[in-house]
Amino acid sequence: MTLFGDPAIWLPLAFAALLGLSILIYVVLDGFDLGVGVLFPFADKDEKDSMIASIGPFWDANETWLVLAIGILLVAFPSAHGTILTALYLPVAVMLVGLILRGVSFEFRVKAPISHKAAWDRAFYIGSMMTALSQGYMLGMYIMGLQVTAFTLAFSVVTAVFLTVAYSFIGATWLILKTEGDLQRKAVAWSKGGIWGVVLGLGAISVASPLVSQRIFDKWFSMPEFFLLLPLPLMSGALIVLLWVALRRLPTSDDSFAWFPFAATIVLFVLGFFGMAYSFYPFIVPDQITIYEAASAPESLFIILIGTLFVLPMILGYTALAYTVFRGKATALSYD
Amino acid sequence: MDTLILSRIQFGANISFHILFPTITIALGWVLLFFKLRFAGTGDQKWLEAYRFWVKVFALSFAMGVVSGITMSFQFGTNWPGFMESVGNIAGPLLAYEVMTAFFLEAVFLGIMLFGMSKVPGWLHTLSTFLVAFGTTMSAFWILVLNSWMHTPAGFEMRDGVAFATDWWAIIFNPSMPYRLVHMLLASGLTVAFLLAGLSAFRWLIGDRSDGVRATIKTGMTIGAILIPLQILAGDFHGLNTLEHQPQKVAAMEGNWETGPNVPLVLFAIPNEETRSNDFEIAIPNGASLILKHSPDGVVPGLNDFVAEDGTVQHPPVAPVFFSFRIMVATGMAMLLLSWTAVFLMARKRRGVEGLPKPMLWAMVPMAFSGWVATLAGWYTTEIGRQPWLVQGVLTTEAAVADVPAPMVASTLIVYLVIYAALLSAYIGVLFYLARKATKGEPIGPRMPVAEEAAVTVAAE
Repeated sequence: MTLFGDPAIWLPLAFAALLGLSILIYVVLDGFDLGVGVLFPFADKDEKDSMIASIGPFWDANETWLVLAIGILLVAFPSAHGTILTALYLPVAVMLVGLILRGVSFEFRVKAPISHKAAWDRAFYIGSMMTALSQGYMLGMYIMGLQVTAFTLAFSVVTAVFLTVAYSFIGATWLILKTEGDLQRKAVAWSKGGIWGVVLGLGAISVASPLVSQRIFDKWFSMPEFFLLLPLPLMSGALIVLLWVALRRLPTSDDSFAWFPFAATIVLFVLGFFGMAYSFYPFIVPDQITIYEAASAPESLFIILIGTLFVLPMILGYTALAYTVFRGKATALSYD
Repeated sequence: MDTLILSRIQFGANISFHILFPTITIALGWVLLFFKLRFAGTGDQKWLEAYRFWVKVFALSFAMGVVSGITMSFQFGTNWPGFMESVGNIAGPLLAYEVMTAFFLEAVFLGIMLFGMSKVPGWLHTLSTFLVAFGTTMSAFWILVLNSWMHTPAGFEMRDGVAFATDWWAIIFNPSMPYRLVHMLLASGLTVAFLLAGLSAFRWLIGDRSDGVRATIKTGMTIGAILIPLQILAGDFHGLNTLEHQPQKVAAMEGNWETGPNVPLVLFAIPNEETRSNDFEIAIPNGASLILKHSPDGVVPGLNDFVAEDGTVQHPPVAPVFFSFRIMVATGMAMLLLSWTAVFLMARKRRGVEGLPKPMLWAMVPMAFSGWVATLAGWYTTEIGRQPWLVQGVLTTEAAVADVPAPMVASTLIVYLVIYAALLSAYIGVLFYLARKATKGEPIGPRMPVAEEAAVTVAAE
């Protein structure tokens, strides 16, 4: 266990990285299927079926990344887990109710009598909205260090809206990739309508985080860090421009570049995520508890790490298998 | 009501709702694999018919289980932070292994199992079905390891109020784990057996005479008839294990107040904690001594041993444990009676389902949910029976609860209860709706206007 030096240093770091990775994968993967739910009211009846077909085989596994993330938080940083979740008691409850509603609606909308279908579609939309909004709200509260003041509440409401729009954007780019015809054209239009959510969301977080924390300000605006970090916002800006150009030309006649908006959005999410991770390190509860203070006993972390090193590649492997099996345009979902 | 009791009710409601669905999916996964292999082996359409109907029930149950499970993993943090702070070093790795070895496996391969039949080779589809069944069972294994450890903790040491693992083998194979695991897996098998038979009996009664229905009534009753004696045996062993490690729980189950020999088996009573005795008791002399100690003058522990000198009660509330236990046993007896009679009547003159009298088929319909009743009653017995401890002898429930204002817990509790009630009725309603549709021979799923039918993408059934 002394292979890499003091395990009390590198183990918490390794788990913070794993936690970050799970959250990032979750935000991208469940982000697109939550986004599809957020876009539901804009689609007609048949389009709704196609939209569900595009996410049907994936949503369950996508949500499992949330369970893994919360599991790692709970396992590796128990005291932070308690502090964060009790502080976010009500938004967590709203999110859970949302997840329940949308998860069961997938099944009920097609198994319940046809006359109930519209109601389950509405439950799917409402559940997706509740989940996206509450996650955005929690993100805002987290950035604000879990302090409750009129300003932090207002900021969290803003991040709630922006994250929801950002989810709808990545959902729309997913639909560009997975659908064709009228729905694909609609998805391009939705993407154009949603991209501002990503821009303003990234902007708001980038402006607000250094302003509320002197520590974060110093991390970004001191030399030479400022120049080393400059590629992050520059690349994000360039991607947004490219996305806008691509969206104006899509869909193409031979469906080329249908993958581009989704791929570019993933990169954008990754960049944004790294920016935030850099800001908050080494804190797990912003400016209160560091990952080293919150970490579990090294012997417990070690036994999980061993398992993780074996199991995580397998998970990634069969996740890739599932996406390969259901690659291409979404087709009718059937049990046959 | 205070935060503690509200949080307990909330977690209890949550986990009660949740367990209904894994109880179905754990065994139903294996039953689906069985249907699939039977079809592959015999080419008989009835097995494919059975697979197609029950895979829908599986998908629905699975979704219900997933979403209610996510809720629980968050409640550890929102309502019970003391649990992870105190025993997180033990509980954490166990939960992590559950997520990594079970959740992902079942979630990913479920997609292929449900929607991939025409997209992947047959062997990969069968393998996916196997991996989903295996994943649900692994999930049950890890969660029961953790739950058993909370009843019979082992392989750890306490330093400054925090548990540290010293022996993972002892933690995983803690004293009550094998008993609890077997008891729960059998419970799942029985739940599915009676659900299979009950829902199929309903189809039979409304006129479905297909071979698929015959096959599932037979399969259900046969599985039930085989598993119920095994379950009674496993339950007895589990009880003896509990007697060794948590005597106060057995004392509450038996409604026995004073430690001593020749303890009667109480069939019915109303335990009274005020007078510390039973009202309206009906009992068989020496019964409890015989069952628990295999001798009429065997000494059986009583509840009065678990009251501290200053009068603090250190045993669980008696009445809920006492009654839950009796409900579980009575349901098990009803299962035994129904399944054995049914199997006997079906085997007689080889008449199959036609050999069953109508009232018996009617009895199967409500018994479709007997597994739920028994499972819940059993869990209430063991979990309430652990109180006032959260982790036996290590951490009290009271010490683990979050400092969240009571009105806040009350508000979320009400929301959860409303949603659970709505979803449960929708779930049962849809089961019977699917059964009626299958009986009418209609395709189960949304109907499309004829003109569009060819062009339109049909969503998952």
